[in-house]
Amino acid sequence: MGTTTTNTPAPAPAPKTNRIGLQVMDYRGGKTTLCAGCGHNAISERIIDAMYEMGVPPERVAKFSGIGCSSKSPAYFMNRSHSFNSVHGRMPSVATGAMLANKNLIALGVTGDGDTVSIGAGQFIHLMRRNLPIIYVIEDNGCYGLTKGQFSATADLGSTLKSGVVNDLPPVDTCAMAIQLGATFVGRSFSGDKRQLHTMLKAALAHHGTVMLDVVSPCVTFNDHEGSTKSYKYMQAHEEPLHEVSFVPAFEEINVDYDPGTTLEVTMHDGSSLRLKKLEQEYDPTDKIQAVQRLMESHAKGEVLTGVFYINAKAPSFIDMLNVTDEPLATLPESVTRPSREVLAKCMAELQ
Amino acid sequence: MATTDIVPREMSGQTGQRRVVNDMSIQVATVNGSGSQSSNTVLLRSIFQMGVPISGKNLFPSNIAGLPTWYTIRANQDGYIARKKEIDLLIAMNAETAQDDVKTLAAGAAVLYDEPLALDKVRDDLIYYAVPYDKLAATVGADAKLRKLIKNMIYVGVAAQLLGIDYAEVEKAIRKQFATKVKAANLNLAAAKAGRDYAAANLTKRDPFYIQRMNKTAGKIIVDGNSAAAMGCMFAGCTVVTWYPITPSSSLVETMIDYMKEYRVGPDGKATFAIVQAEDELAAVGMVIGAAWAGARSMTATAGPGISLMAEFAGLAYYVEVPAVIWNIQRVGPSTGLPTRTAQGDVLSTAFLSHGDTKHIMLFPNSVSECFSMAQDAFDLAERLQTPVFVMSDLDLGMNNWMSDPFPYPEKPINRGKVLSKADLEKAGGFARYKDVDGDGVGYRTLPGTDHPAAAYFARGSGHNEKAQYSERPDDFERNMERINKKFETARSMVPRPELAGSGQAKVGILAYGTSHWAIIESRDQLAKEHKLETDYLRLLSYPFTREVHDFIARHERVYVVEQNRDGQMASLLKLDLKAELTPRLRSICHIHGLPIDARSVTDELMMMEGK
Repeated sequence: MGTTTTNTPAPAPAPKTNRIGLQVMDYRGGKTTLCAGCGHNAISERIIDAMYEMGVPPERVAKFSGIGCSSKSPAYFMNRSHSFNSVHGRMPSVATGAMLANKNLIALGVTGDGDTVSIGAGQFIHLMRRNLPIIYVIEDNGCYGLTKGQFSATADLGSTLKSGVVNDLPPVDTCAMAIQLGATFVGRSFSGDKRQLHTMLKAALAHHGTVMLDVVSPCVTFNDHEGSTKSYKYMQAHEEPLHEVSFVPAFEEINVDYDPGTTLEVTMHDGSSLRLKKLEQEYDPTDKIQAVQRLMESHAKGEVLTGVFYINAKAPSFIDMLNVTDEPLATLPESVTRPSREVLAKCMAELQ
Repeated sequence: MATTDIVPREMSGQTGQRRVVNDMSIQVATVNGSGSQSSNTVLLRSIFQMGVPISGKNLFPSNIAGLPTWYTIRANQDGYIARKKEIDLLIAMNAETAQDDVKTLAAGAAVLYDEPLALDKVRDDLIYYAVPYDKLAATVGADAKLRKLIKNMIYVGVAAQLLGIDYAEVEKAIRKQFATKVKAANLNLAAAKAGRDYAAANLTKRDPFYIQRMNKTAGKIIVDGNSAAAMGCMFAGCTVVTWYPITPSSSLVETMIDYMKEYRVGPDGKATFAIVQAEDELAAVGMVIGAAWAGARSMTATAGPGISLMAEFAGLAYYVEVPAVIWNIQRVGPSTGLPTRTAQGDVLSTAFLSHGDTKHIMLFPNSVSECFSMAQDAFDLAERLQTPVFVMSDLDLGMNNWMSDPFPYPEKPINRGKVLSKADLEKAGGFARYKDVDGDGVGYRTLPGTDHPAAAYFARGSGHNEKAQYSERPDDFERNMERINKKFETARSMVPRPELAGSGQAKVGILAYGTSHWAIIESRDQLAKEHKLETDYLRLLSYPFTREVHDFIARHERVYVVEQNRDGQMASLLKLDLKAELTPRLRSICHIHGLPIDARSVTDELMMMEGK
């Protein structure tokens, strides 16, 4: 370790902080134990940046995960947030319960393709249906990394394992599923597409309802070879952005000009603005049918379509529908949660 | 299928000589979905209003409509309300089962039957009353569709007349039953009256069974255990309920929805609760755990198959140390088993639910009153000990009607356990989630959303140390598991203590729990009266066992453990806990056919095992 001294020390520059006065280090987590070069680590970095830039109080965030490499990653970002690493494929229910208890939490679920699409398919379906306020990130590498590289249900037809075994079952498109099921913000990105993923995560934080982001995240150890369709090389060659995504948070006064002829603006629940610069003619991200059709086309063409496929900024969330008290249920006092003597007397009288 | 398990007795001489007052079992055999439930409730309430202790047990099929169903009302002046094997009065309304139903009666029993069934040809040692229900229904003037339903109220009128029930009580019970439906009330009143008038004019009383007014039910309530549990949970401050429909637990949550909507919505229209129907039992318990981790008093209700599905999550909650209240309304397993019949068959599987070293706290309510009071016990224990608590009710308790004193208002304040607030953290600077600060094994927890930079911890089902950090170190794992075990020892001093009945000086002890209780109190009287066998009785209310349980076994030469499963599950659990020299004292009396246990079976089996 080296030190330097000067005779006339300049005042240390004030550390850079975000709008709530926190430094980026306040959003960091433990040291990753994932493989060097793992796409998941890049996603963790993007989460940190997005949370920092959006000025999200880390204490309000609750992280949820299931089992697998992806589900370990919440330990590697945002140490000041509570986190629950639960059981395989069942994170959606744990997150749902937590949001029932405290609707003021900002829920972030981090999961994998095995955790979501195979063992967790049932809970995934019902999470999407409920439109629970949660950002649900699938770190999608097409394989089971933690058990050494078996195919998952997002592996493409004809893609191969390291050993050469060919996948002969069709993949599940989690985005098409989520759109059909009722998620209200659905997109796909790539862990290597820093700008796009970062922007989509920031927009996700402004959304009210279920955000389902499928992020292709190569497994450098088991699924980055020739024959894989989830490798860095494959993604660099086949990623097909649907549009250029930009985002202006509600708290920023700056008004960036954009051309409504080429850019579509979506006003989000909190007043933020999601801007999608058209790369294709006539894509309307509020149209479910078109979204699913475009996804199906992308499979036929062999491209990996990325971007925000579907958004509905107005749908009520599951928590809205429950119409619970403003104060979290978790901390309601006994005076509110225990009915009076008169109520019990009335109940008893009805049974006499 | 017969619902009695006795062999018909030989004809025992003349009938009609004795007079049996306020001591009988009435069985109504009908077809599922025929609307007999209201009529049976009216008959039950009429007797109850006569001041006679009652219980009502519905033996129903796993079916919506068409299969046979039986409803048994026991009236007993001494307050014995367990199922009684013998049926004294059969109301035979189901053509399909009528022959069998009659064949299983003891000689001298009375049969009230639909005239065209001609049941009097089956046996000549019973007392028969034929009633032309169709003709009577026609006179009531209802349309054809309703006639089928009101036939049921006609038998109530006939039975009331035969048994000597004050007819005003029948009318009162009908009005209560149809309180919000005037038209239905009037129609049913007319039907019951038609039955009564027919019986008065045409039937000559030949059976010995009478209901006479007494005063043992004044001020009492009638309720099922699931409704009592629902109320208990509401008054225990429950805020999150997540569930998946399964018989016989569904009515617990469905009743709770009604109560909560009525009494737990603020003047602003906002609910102080969330009740969510999940996609399966895995999700139901997952939501309970998520909600409890985030600080809500959360619960679910389920039965055997649901318990099996919850196994993995139960281990997570145990190891992550999350409070959870799980009502297990036990039904007959294994597998789908007999979903509409009762059992105490989940004792062992629940005690150790999940893989690895897990063990769970269980409470065993025996009454509707304990369904109410143990709700708070369960939530308090779960939050104080930061672990799942299973309330082991059963179908008999949960779905049947029981008489009870009104439930007292809970005086004990709600205990939310060790939760650190922002202010606590400011004072302490930080905390270690799984550190045994107080020596009771229970650490301090924080809730997500607590506005302090040191509030967060990482809850994980994988190995962790005191600070909730990931750890695969052997010493961390062992220390943690031993500390969690210490919580179980702490629980011994917190759980509801067993109840002793008897002098404590008898040589023979009986241990039982839950709904078996009602057969035991009656059986003990039979043993004393008929066999001069004095017994002491310890009723278990909880697992882990408390000191009194060991002492009780140590003080008795022989201890009969009576339970409603095949393998003597509670006896096995006791053997794991007892000193080796005490285990030979335990003898199992097991009852498994799906009908609630009865006193006579216990008495007979116990005397056989006594070698007498």
